[in-house]
Amino acid sequence: MVSVGSADRYLPDTVQQAVKILVVGAFGVGKTTLVGSVSEIAPLRTEEVMTEASVGVDDLAGMSTKTTTTVAMDFGRITLNSWLVLYLFGTPGQRRFWDLWDGLAEGALGVLVTVDTRRLEDSFDVLEQLELRGLPFAVAVNQFPDSEEYGVEELRTALDLLPETPVVMCDARERAASVDALISLVEYVSNVGTVRVRETAS
Amino acid sequence: MSEPDGEYAASALRPYVITKGRSRPSRNTIGVETLLIAVDPPRDVPVSATREERALVRMCERLLSLVEAAAHLELPVSLVKVLASDLVDSGHLSARSGVPQAVLPDSQLLQEVLDGLRRLR
Ligand SMILES: Nc1nc2c(ncn2[C@@H]2O[C@H](COP(=O)(O)OP(=O)(O)OP(=O)(O)O)[C@@H](O)[C@H]2O)c(=O)[nH]1
Ligand SMILES: [Mg+2]
Repeated sequence: MVSVGSADRYLPDTVQQAVKILVVGAFGVGKTTLVGSVSEIAPLRTEEVMTEASVGVDDLAGMSTKTTTTVAMDFGRITLNSWLVLYLFGTPGQRRFWDLWDGLAEGALGVLVTVDTRRLEDSFDVLEQLELRGLPFAVAVNQFPDSEEYGVEELRTALDLLPETPVVMCDARERAASVDALISLVEYVSNVGTVRVRETAS
Repeated sequence: MSEPDGEYAASALRPYVITKGRSRPSRNTIGVETLLIAVDPPRDVPVSATREERALVRMCERLLSLVEAAAHLELPVSLVKVLASDLVDSGHLSARSGVPQAVLPDSQLLQEVLDGLRRLR
């Protein structure tokens, strides 16, 4: 990964279309690492201001009490060809950030869920939310030195995934492994699309 | 990380002042990945333009996504969406690819993404 100065931060003028993929996962599972390992630019960080209605505040004046939270979101970029660019967004999976997904997920190709096998339960909420929202996703399992070894099918059962949901082992620090995880996701999304088209056609 | 260009790290309140109280962009086709570029030839921004608007137009002298512009300017994405949307309406910026309106991306596009990713391996 080469650090870019302001001179080459720009895209070639021939680029016409941008697509995006979300990388979602619990705290510390390797989202930033995955984005960074495939990005052509040093991952950038941006802040999104989220306004939340405060819960449990009884306001007699009838004015809603809002609190603002700042969410850090990091992202990377891959120029796929002369006219197409892909953006990857690393987004926290915790419940309080779900509102952020709405804007971010709109128009996304799909979601790559990063999972740490030492804390599988941290991913349950995220997976359930994605299913509820109908967002197509694949699961990238990051293994850490002290992780227990699990097979893909074992993980599929433990995470209660559909048989067709891709599950890939992935060392997020390795570019090739991260690229493969993205490929699995996009292949899956392509197939989902084909299936849906067939269903509506019949 | 490259050097930040923004001399203003926005506080939680300032965005709403800068956008004159609006928190939603005027067009809903502007997304984080929307590609922005200043119109050519460039049009002068009105004297009433805020410095954030000026900075955004300057940042987009060449092609860049909205989220990259926000990151380089150190401004919140939600704010830059509102500003970019106004600047597109006023004819200072042009937006190249907005949020696709189709529910599913078409298979041709997905194939191009796959081909591009496979070339990276
Ligand atoms: N062994 C191993 N270590 C990893 C892998 N992915 C990330 N790490 C390490 O795990 C740590 C956390 O990774 P991050 O990429 O910062 O995780 P994150 O999900 O962005 O964390 P937050 O943004 O804080 O939620 C870092 O020290 C990484 O080097 C992996 O696949 N294998
Ligand atoms: Mg991170």
